[in-house]
Amino acid sequence: MSERGLRVRLQQDSPIPLDVELECAPQEMLALVGPSGSGKSTVLRAIAGLTRVAKGDVECNGVPWLAVDRGIDLSPRQRRIGFVFQHYGLFPHLTALANVMESLVDVSRGERERRARDLLARVHLDGLEQRLPAALSGGQQQRVAVARALAREPNVLLLDEPFAAVDRATRERLYTELAELRRELSIPVVLVTHDLDEALMLADRMSVLYRGRTLQTGVPFEVVARPSTVQVAQLVGLKNVFRAGVVAHNMDPKETVIEWRRHRLRARLQTDFPEGSQITWAISQGQIVLLGSAQAVAVNTLPGTVLQYVRLGNNAALAIAIGGVDRPPVFMTVPLHEARERGIERGCDVCIALRAEAIHLMPADSKADEGPQKHRRMQPASDVAA
Amino acid sequence: MDRDALILSLQLAGWTVLVLLPLGIVLGRVLAWRRFRGKAVVEASLALPLVLPPTVLGYYLLVALGSASPLGQLYESITGGQLVFTFGGLLVASIVFNLPFAIQPMQRAFEGVSREVRDAAACCGLTRWRTLWRIELPLAWPGVISAIVLTFAHTLGEFGVVLMVGGNIPGETRTIAVAIYDRVQAFDEQGAAIMSATLLVVCLVAIGATFFTGSRIGRRQHE
Repeated sequence: MSERGLRVRLQQDSPIPLDVELECAPQEMLALVGPSGSGKSTVLRAIAGLTRVAKGDVECNGVPWLAVDRGIDLSPRQRRIGFVFQHYGLFPHLTALANVMESLVDVSRGERERRARDLLARVHLDGLEQRLPAALSGGQQQRVAVARALAREPNVLLLDEPFAAVDRATRERLYTELAELRRELSIPVVLVTHDLDEALMLADRMSVLYRGRTLQTGVPFEVVARPSTVQVAQLVGLKNVFRAGVVAHNMDPKETVIEWRRHRLRARLQTDFPEGSQITWAISQGQIVLLGSAQAVAVNTLPGTVLQYVRLGNNAALAIAIGGVDRPPVFMTVPLHEARERGIERGCDVCIALRAEAIHLMPADSKADEGPQKHRRMQPASDVAA
Repeated sequence: MDRDALILSLQLAGWTVLVLLPLGIVLGRVLAWRRFRGKAVVEASLALPLVLPPTVLGYYLLVALGSASPLGQLYESITGGQLVFTFGGLLVASIVFNLPFAIQPMQRAFEGVSREVRDAAACCGLTRWRTLWRIELPLAWPGVISAIVLTFAHTLGEFGVVLMVGGNIPGETRTIAVAIYDRVQAFDEQGAAIMSATLLVVCLVAIGATFFTGSRIGRRQHE
């Protein structure tokens, strides 16, 4: 990465342990995702200069903002950042217009109001300039906060769970608006969220944080499909995580063969793991296909029994026992109509196929934390199954 | 009606407010937002005048400000006069016994200004002065008004500490509260009644004004 953009390296043991390294290029949106208490908001506050850290460096466009070793620690004002807080932090006694104008104190008086009105129009709030924050809806308040953050022409835009306090319908509208707005910005944008879907939808890259450490950074879909460790896999909500052994690496066709519950599975070629070694493998639910009798010749076909059948809106969530009902099942979803057409119900025998490209291998690891697993939310997941 | 005593009381109350207003803002903010070792001890010490009998507080102030004390001697070496039984001494005592009345309402008010709002002010690039002037004080205003009125009214009414530290010197340390006591002792019931009624009206107006302002500001902020 060139000198432009934001570079962050933070380390401390207490009060909140941190070991974080991040980079965010101009025009890029980096999402920091992790469960509550993973330190993502602390990282954002440290970038802004609102929280002190024991050791670290923050640099933006080649300018050091924080260099603990050299005694450099610029104030938030000197760093010139735009910050959208979770509850927006609007000044409750000032109108929407005055809120934005406060961010323009460096600008001449006459110019200040014109610029503030322009910004409010840009976030579709024209006509509401004279309203106090309490007279605005959650979505409108968030827009005022965004306009105020952009008013300073900041070096970086920092968003701390900006969609957490609005209802679902508003949130989806705001996603589109933010995506549009972002195209016009030429600065790094850092978004903190615990919602994986939000990161997948909006961010160019994402960093998975857990207990103050960056575990993996990459393109969101890649991090989700190819987590580097079991811990990341579980944090990004992969439910199908199992242990297996590597049988062979083939070059023609390029594939790695693994043995899992006495089945040979073909996976994408991943030579990092030697033949004969123990690994953990994962596959996302969307990459598993329910086979009809005519398709039973596909690759990686596995016979199983439906253990659980739960209707979730227009989909059916299935848990399928492979190699015995007492072993952790494979989870998958199918469209509800398909499940009905096939007469799927609890206890019936089915055949599933796993897409070879989607089978992802990771180092063997059974140390993963236990805890409740919530789908698509950043939560520590359950243990790895054999 | 002892007009001198009334004027002296009003002057004492005015000066006390003038000194305690900036001090209360500074200490109120620190106590509201900072965490530090010994904070509970500081808070307890500042609240002590609320529970300490005025004569006890007066006695300690008399000792602390007297010409035998380092403070009294320092004052004497600078001004050539003594601190106790003068208006200056009365003012120092008044500041001390009004500390909780000035600081506590302001502390509560500053506690009500959320951290996000303060952080947002910093991120908007506001200087400390502008943040105080444009954001913190307007939001903490009801508490600041309460502090001013409570301090003012309480100074007008304080008796025990005033008598202990200031004595009863007409035109110098005789406040209206002391004058009322004096009138009663001299069986001048009419004089005592007029002055008591005056004090009652002044205090009633002050308290009424606080509630009125507080509720108006509160309403405006929640509209």
